[in-house]
Amino acid sequence: MSTYKIAVIGDKDSILGFKTIGVDTFSVTSSEAALKALKQLVSDNYGVIFITEELARELEDIIADLQKRYLPAVVLIPNSKGTLGIGIEQIKKNVEKAIGADILFRKEG
Amino acid sequence: MEIRVNPTRMELNRLKRRLKMAERGHKLLKDKRDELIRQFIILVRKNKDLREHMEEELTGAFSKFLLARAVMPEENLEEALMYPTKKLSLDISKENIMSVYAPKFHWAEEESGGDGESSIYPYGFADTSAELDTSIETLSEILPKLMELAEVEKSVQLLAEEIEKTRRRVNALEHVLIPKLEDTIKYITMKLEENERGALTRLMKIKDVVRAKM
Repeated sequence: MSTYKIAVIGDKDSILGFKTIGVDTFSVTSSEAALKALKQLVSDNYGVIFITEELARELEDIIADLQKRYLPAVVLIPNSKGTLGIGIEQIKKNVEKAIGADILFRKEG
Repeated sequence: MEIRVNPTRMELNRLKRRLKMAERGHKLLKDKRDELIRQFIILVRKNKDLREHMEEELTGAFSKFLLARAVMPEENLEEALMYPTKKLSLDISKENIMSVYAPKFHWAEEESGGDGESSIYPYGFADTSAELDTSIETLSEILPKLMELAEVEKSVQLLAEEIEKTRRRVNALEHVLIPKLEDTIKYITMKLEENERGALTRLMKIKDVVRAKM
């Protein structure tokens, strides 16, 4: 069992607070920079990477790829402007993939 | 559709053994799929609840943080947050859910401040605003939930992947391999029977010919 690190990628406004609770923060503004940071973190022994939905929207492919892997866990978080609903959308997609029909959200939708 | 084989008795036995094996595998995989789906549904419900909570709380914390940012000069804010009091260390162990290995996170906070006092605030209260305090407090309260969410969400993703794979295998066995084997077995039995009948009529015919000559 080795030690891993935790990181958060996002715009400055959203992630500055994370620094105080001991999470490594990487503030980026463009999706290219986010992609670079993400690739760096993946090869850098990070176990959990939080990334804001706004940036994740641009990096759908690589994130989907990472999510099939054992590690790292990429978790989408809302940013300071609120949630975009991508995280929930992903859960829905997982349900559809596994079961073939959306059984969790059907009642509300 | 059948597999192209020689219609021999040996081939027939071989195919019958294969069919039995395929049926056994099919049954086992079906059970595996059902259990995976059961586990998946439990986890995905949890995942949904956790995510909804997290998004709500995190948005709240962010809006407080924005307020803090608005009432404080930027240099002060950055200076206040420059040195974290805590360092998070993360250990990962494997958890086995129906032979799907999912990571389990064990995280611990290490104090990096020297005074031993476990304050979550890395700054003195002189230059900072109360909004910053509350936003950081909420953030550190959310962290356990975030870690739990990371764990559950990863498990859900890996399970979904595995369920899809298993379902494909079940379907391939059920709709392709097993019917194919059954058809081939039928083809061979018919061919063998046909040969037998052919041999029989030949014998009878020969008997007739021989009798007529006597």
